Amino acid sequence: MRTSKTALAVAWLLVSATSFAATEAPGGAGADWMSWHAADDVTNTASLQRGARNFMSYCVGCHSLKYERYSRLGSDLEISPEELQKFLILPGDKASNYILTSMPASDAQTWFGKPPPDLSLMARARGPDYLYQFLKTFYVDSTKPTGANNLRLDATAMPAVLSDLEGLKRAVFQDEKETGADGKVMTRHVFNHFETVAPGSMSAAQYDEFVHDTVNFLDYVGEPTQATRRSLGIWVVLFLLVFTWLAWLLKQEYWKDVR
Amino acid sequence: MAPDVPADATKTRGLRAWIYKRFPIQEFISEQLTDYYAPKNFNIWYFFGSLALVVLVLQLATGIFLTMFYKPGEATAFDSVEFIMREVQWGWLIRYLHSTGASLFFIVVYLHMFRAMLYGSYKAPRELLWLIGMLVYFALMAEAFLGYVLPWGNMSFWGAQVIVNLFGTIPVIGPGLVEWIRGDYGIADATLNRFFALHVAAVPLGILLVVMLHLVALHQTGSNNPDGIEIKARVGPDGHPLDGIPFHPYYTVKDIVGVGVMFVMLAIVVFFVPTFGGLFLEGANFEPANPMSTPEHIAPVWYFTPYYAILRAVPNQRMGALLMFLSVALFVFLPWLDRSPVKSMRYRGALSRGALAMFAISFIALGYLGLQPAEGLYVILARIFAVFYFAFFVLMPWYSRIDKVKQVPERVTFHAHE
Repeated sequence: MRTSKTALAVAWLLVSATSFAATEAPGGAGADWMSWHAADDVTNTASLQRGARNFMSYCVGCHSLKYERYSRLGSDLEISPEELQKFLILPGDKASNYILTSMPASDAQTWFGKPPPDLSLMARARGPDYLYQFLKTFYVDSTKPTGANNLRLDATAMPAVLSDLEGLKRAVFQDEKETGADGKVMTRHVFNHFETVAPGSMSAAQYDEFVHDTVNFLDYVGEPTQATRRSLGIWVVLFLLVFTWLAWLLKQEYWKDVR
Repeated sequence: MAPDVPADATKTRGLRAWIYKRFPIQEFISEQLTDYYAPKNFNIWYFFGSLALVVLVLQLATGIFLTMFYKPGEATAFDSVEFIMREVQWGWLIRYLHSTGASLFFIVVYLHMFRAMLYGSYKAPRELLWLIGMLVYFALMAEAFLGYVLPWGNMSFWGAQVIVNLFGTIPVIGPGLVEWIRGDYGIADATLNRFFALHVAAVPLGILLVVMLHLVALHQTGSNNPDGIEIKARVGPDGHPLDGIPFHPYYTVKDIVGVGVMFVMLAIVVFFVPTFGGLFLEGANFEPANPMSTPEHIAPVWYFTPYYAILRAVPNQRMGALLMFLSVALFVFLPWLDRSPVKSMRYRGALSRGALAMFAISFIALGYLGLQPAEGLYVILARIFAVFYFAFFVLMPWYSRIDKVKQVPERVTFHAHE
């Protein structure tokens, strides 16, 4: 029920956002958030390293990566065992351990209403664009227990934990009247733009890069082999093309005899 | 005709002679390959039979390796699939080959079935060949559904919920039957374990058996061809069909080219777009099964969506389930619904050709609509295409009989290579 409500809300936001874009010139900040792309690139190792740092500084307090070992992360992201131990591995953990949050799930249940989800596969389940939009559309909402809400995931249980970096912003909604097919006039509460309430420690561009790197890292964690998969694929396809060509020559040779 | 006995076989010494005396390997090769004559005018549609066999082998081989690491069970299934994807050497490749292979199997089989409808291959004397082929198709559908549940993602769970509940629409025995299938009051651990047993042992054995019978029946009647002419009717002085050529080497070398092309396409998907935009592996299935959270849209994988669209197009659930079952089962009756005096569409008139084209369009359109939410225009369109779908079968005895047909030539159409 809750999921379908959220889906409905998202669907009408989508519809109204498109109609808005069609009728008016680009609105204020964030009016086009639905079309933001993560621009993820898992071959950019520097970005992945920064993303890993971001994750271990800001996310792992609540979220696990239960399918990813520190050692795997180290070797894939070209981080030496020493650096891994010094900067990324949580106190008491070993390199061969999976990356697990130390927050007990039962406490999280009490604090947030549900335990924060494991993020190993979140980029695969929802897509990198979803995560990118999610991390950039938190806004102040005093009606919510966490004091914050989100455009991408309405009524999210997650607090705006990155507001120190991003700053606080307010979402300005507009009421739009729309005549339905049955002639009834409906009023819709449509997002218009963001207004800065308080600046954070990062500039808009810095925060954007922060989110980009973090999402890029989660994309990598979703499927750690994906870079290998693509680079190997080129050779496999080339081999198969040569094989098929030779097979075709052989076939032509044999079929010369068929009259 | 007696197979040519090789010179070696008459020898009393040596390994080949030793085996030959004890096992009819030479007869087998000659009857099934070198002395099995196939029409020389096969076109591109005739690749898909051998390709289906290759995909079957691919699925068996990759499936065996997956079974070594997969752990059925509510608490272990999802984790074990991720273990395969991340920590088993080449596990990701094996898993993607298997998941892509499932979709590939249906692409190949649907094209193989369409070929039969295009050239009337189900008509006499090949009715039994067609019926056994339908058994292969039904077994394949069961196998695909069972396998889809095994990763125990959220779509696996809810897909199983929807499909198994369909059996509940059967009057009287329905509710009890559903419980018997699940082995529990809901889709649960017991369901997952029995689906695993069926997916890796029972159904594959069944598929191997019916595929073998399909080949036995094929070699009894011989292949049809794009002209729909029986090549056995015109035999040369050597006793072989004039329009036939030995399957080996001619069609073995030709089919290898087809296998190469198919593998190129398979590799492109496996290495570059393994989820195929959510069509082969859905986003919702990367979240573990959760009985408390329903995915936004529950839809089966693309190869079942034509039938799923028919199910949802009917307001009454029991009626919808019945029509869906019927839409799959109607293929069985094609040999008797088709009253045309000729086999191939090449020599049929506008009525038969138009009907088949309409059927193909409806099947694809229903497949698309089955992936969309069941609301508004989508449902209306699904109803329209469902009517076309059924009309193709129900009206066939009428339009195939009154359709104007052309004169079928005596010999097959063939253009020799330079």
